[in-house]
Amino acid sequence: MTTNLIDIQNADVIMITSNMAENHPVGFQWVVRAKERGAKVIHVDPRFTRTSALADIHVPLRSGTNIAFFGGLMAYAMNNDKIHTEYVAHYTNASMLIDDGFGFDDGMFTGYDGDAKRYDRTTWRYQTNPDGSPKRDTTLRHPRTVYQLMKRHYSRYTPEMVERVCGIPKAKFLQVAELFCSTGGPKKTKTGTVVYALNLTQHTNGVQNIRALAMLQLLLGNIGLPGGGVVALRGHANVQGATDLAVLYQDLPGYMAMPLRDVHPDLATYLEKETPKGGYWINKPAFFISLLKAWYGDAATKANDFGYDFIPKREKADAYSQQHIFVDMYEGKIKGFFAIGQNPAVGNPNATLARAALAKLDWLVVKDIFHTETAEFWRAPGVDPKSINTEVFFFPAAPAAEKNGTLTNTMRLIQWHNMAVEPPGDVRSDLHFWYHLGKRIKALYASSTARRDQGIKALVWDYPEEGKHAEPSAAHVLREMNGYVWAPDWKDRVQLKSFGECKADGTTAAGCWIYTGVFPDEKTNRAASRQIDKSGKDYLQHGWGFAWPANRRIMYNRASADLDGKPWIESKALIQWDPDADNGPGAPKGKWVGRDVPDYGPTLAPRAPKNAAGPLKGVGGNDPFIMRPDGVAGLFAPLVDGPLPEHYEPVEAPTRNLLSKQQINPVAKIWQVADGRNEIAEVGSSKYPYVLTTYRLTEHHLSGVMSRQLPWLAEMFKSHFAEISEELAKEKGIRNGDLVEVSTPRGSIKLRAMVTKRLRPFTIDGKTVHQIGIPWHWGYVGIAKGDVTNDLVASVGDPNVYIQESKALLCNVEKAAQQGVA
Amino acid sequence: MAATMTQKVMYTDTTICTGCRACMVACKQWNQLPYEEPEWTGGYGNRSHFSDKAWRFVRFIEVDDPRPSHKGEVQWLMMSDVCKHCQQAGCLEACPTGAIHRTAWGTVDIDQGICNGCRDCVASCPFGVIAFNADTGRVNKCTFCSDRVPAGMPTACAKTCPTSSIRFGDKEPMLEMARARVKELKAQGFERANLYGDSDILGGLNAFYVLADSPSVYGLPERPELPQRNVNLDSALAIASSVVIGLAALVSFRDQGAGRQG
Repeated sequence: MTTNLIDIQNADVIMITSNMAENHPVGFQWVVRAKERGAKVIHVDPRFTRTSALADIHVPLRSGTNIAFFGGLMAYAMNNDKIHTEYVAHYTNASMLIDDGFGFDDGMFTGYDGDAKRYDRTTWRYQTNPDGSPKRDTTLRHPRTVYQLMKRHYSRYTPEMVERVCGIPKAKFLQVAELFCSTGGPKKTKTGTVVYALNLTQHTNGVQNIRALAMLQLLLGNIGLPGGGVVALRGHANVQGATDLAVLYQDLPGYMAMPLRDVHPDLATYLEKETPKGGYWINKPAFFISLLKAWYGDAATKANDFGYDFIPKREKADAYSQQHIFVDMYEGKIKGFFAIGQNPAVGNPNATLARAALAKLDWLVVKDIFHTETAEFWRAPGVDPKSINTEVFFFPAAPAAEKNGTLTNTMRLIQWHNMAVEPPGDVRSDLHFWYHLGKRIKALYASSTARRDQGIKALVWDYPEEGKHAEPSAAHVLREMNGYVWAPDWKDRVQLKSFGECKADGTTAAGCWIYTGVFPDEKTNRAASRQIDKSGKDYLQHGWGFAWPANRRIMYNRASADLDGKPWIESKALIQWDPDADNGPGAPKGKWVGRDVPDYGPTLAPRAPKNAAGPLKGVGGNDPFIMRPDGVAGLFAPLVDGPLPEHYEPVEAPTRNLLSKQQINPVAKIWQVADGRNEIAEVGSSKYPYVLTTYRLTEHHLSGVMSRQLPWLAEMFKSHFAEISEELAKEKGIRNGDLVEVSTPRGSIKLRAMVTKRLRPFTIDGKTVHQIGIPWHWGYVGIAKGDVTNDLVASVGDPNVYIQESKALLCNVEKAAQQGVA
Repeated sequence: MAATMTQKVMYTDTTICTGCRACMVACKQWNQLPYEEPEWTGGYGNRSHFSDKAWRFVRFIEVDDPRPSHKGEVQWLMMSDVCKHCQQAGCLEACPTGAIHRTAWGTVDIDQGICNGCRDCVASCPFGVIAFNADTGRVNKCTFCSDRVPAGMPTACAKTCPTSSIRFGDKEPMLEMARARVKELKAQGFERANLYGDSDILGGLNAFYVLADSPSVYGLPERPELPQRNVNLDSALAIASSVVIGLAALVSFRDQGAGRQG
């Protein structure tokens, strides 16, 4: 997220698109605080939920039509003088001119290759001056500016079109547009924030959904200001940490690409292709080589490319996601699998496929705090254990209270926790498991001379062991992420204080460069800091934990000030330029000061020309987005599925696409799975006529492993249920509490009907469309049991990141035989 | 009773309750109350009444939005219900053993060592709060965390509440806050917003509520009365009728005597 949960209190308008009160109930206190200060809350959701109950306006939107809605808001802002003109012209690429070859026609961008189902993105680029810099028209009038292209693109997204596609009545849309866009305008006086979570990500255009709302925020000038920003809510306590540390197939720690075998054959090529020519990422070689040093120590030398060859390489980009892995597993390509703190038998899309795939493994290791459905897949209902040949090992895991370590939460805040009690019996931390497994593997390969094994031998694996179970020191793991001046021995390793100290010459080691500063000397663990400022001076609470990068709480905060470095809005000052600040003898005066750590060159003056060299090469005094090569935010950004978000229907939709002839994202991933295990319903299917969305509840957590086994939580929601409107219930003869069967082409589940006024049918292009909703927490192990919702979901994915489309699909619902209704 | 000790209250602003039910879990955890088979309420609630294992529960109520500006729209009211700790407490008055008593901070608690399980209190509570525990043979209910408050800690539910919908504190400032909140809500269009538990309700409730709609919408009695409040009138009527009968008898006997004389 660009901002900070605490800062939500400063917003004048909050547009929540997720079910925040339900899924982030603690963070939601800041929405309540903002309301107490007079803020207006808009909630956009197909259902009226716990969040809607506290909102001023509920906007019902058919699942899968987010871009039509955000596009409508962008069009409204552009056509009604609601954009923050100066911000847009100078802090975004709205003023850049785009290649004359680029175009858009009836749903398709230029360069589509129908056979390969991919875009050639050659024309999706700036027009350039002879010196290579982008051509720019800060009046935004040139027809090839990004702004004019956007204006044309979104001119089709009229309030009438929003009503037809999303099912939001025009009057309600205009009410919301007027309210939210009141935070923009050339003489901006307010700020607005937008909240999202899995509601936007779990779609075949998930990345573009998020782009669309980020673009809206840029048009209104809301990024970088107090009470502004994009609030990205994570689905799990440590998802941010997992992403930072690259528990993902496409990244290495600190958001550097996992090398591709053919694209990045050696270190020089990798650094050449992955290092931009401007912006702070020009320092990538220092971060990357420091990562290699952290992993391979003395074995990483200039002569051997710092151990670059030790890292496994990706064969291709379209592979290795969670969905790819399970399709490969089902096809017998994967022999063994570790499920550590995850429960794919319930949590994966197309969960019947996931369970069938597990049965193809030779071995499966499950490590969790309770027995999970994944650990027990071999005796799931309807499965004959004799037919399963997979050997399953279960390791009991220590929860947070039984181990030291950190969690990195949704606002990039790294928080340390101490072990409260020793784990009982054979229970061990995950860190213990991986560390000792690593030690054993290193011992097994100690005498290998094979080239492929040299990385295992070279790996630095020297965390001090503590206590009777030889628990590796989590503090030393964090020290390694922070980084130090490389030395073979811990006692000689001097901690780095900031990532600016990382070097590309092999003298520094840093396991995750963005975390540098969290452990600035061997005695200071800033993740464990718990200083609270009650005076209100430091409302962002810089003394509590450590937020990467550099303990900055609101990113892009240079954008909170105008071209002269003064706050756009006096009451919303964050950082500003103090021209008289003394920088010591001989140095020019002036620096950025304020309530947050500047996300900028500390002494880079407003209106300064672009730096020709140095760590901020290519960044000038008015370029707040320093991680971008050109220092400005990318309204136009060439993702694999387009440089501007465009509405496409979900892979399964009740209607044709009303905005173009292109029905779905043309590059969406649809897996071909053997044995009819990924059948897709046709557009407007009469067999599966209803829209289905899936979601979570406050009382249960994810696949239910941590909640359905706990009596106090299990009793809160024991029965699995589907939320169904009174209108649909009447049509289908279903009463509240009846057992119903919900089916999709992938499978069917039985559960109870919760008939409610909180769901209402949509009118889409003049026709009634019913939508139902089902939470996905249930499985066949635990106190609260029920059918697996994800059995219904298809194996389809966003083409950028391959996330599943579990927020919008088609289903049927019928009253079932009323047996065993508790 | 140390009458000088400050009255402690729980002020629940239902209009910022998200129905997360963390208060229910916190209550169960602090008081170590066991699992209980839930009921199907047809909505997000898992119960519709108190029990010896559930001293607090959230009511979920789907209604038409009470604001005229939101005519025709649905609204979802949530209320975390608990013992009201009444100043005129029916349970306390009915208790023959003195097990139910008023604490130094103004709340109502049950001494489990004294309760004899007679259950007179159960029928005397206008809110259906008190429940009989078949295992212990005694009754129980929310203690107002009488094992936390004297140690300076807030009640477990208030401590847990993420939105501060349940607040713990001194009576007068909390009441002031609640009265101001009602004014705010009325200004926002909640015309029937009200403070439930000022001195007009059973002499004042030490667990009081700000409601967005009429009390009856939340299943609360609009004007709760104690069953024993009828005792005086009933007794007076009984005495009056016996007097009437006695006089009638006297008159009648006198008439008979007179007749004989006549």
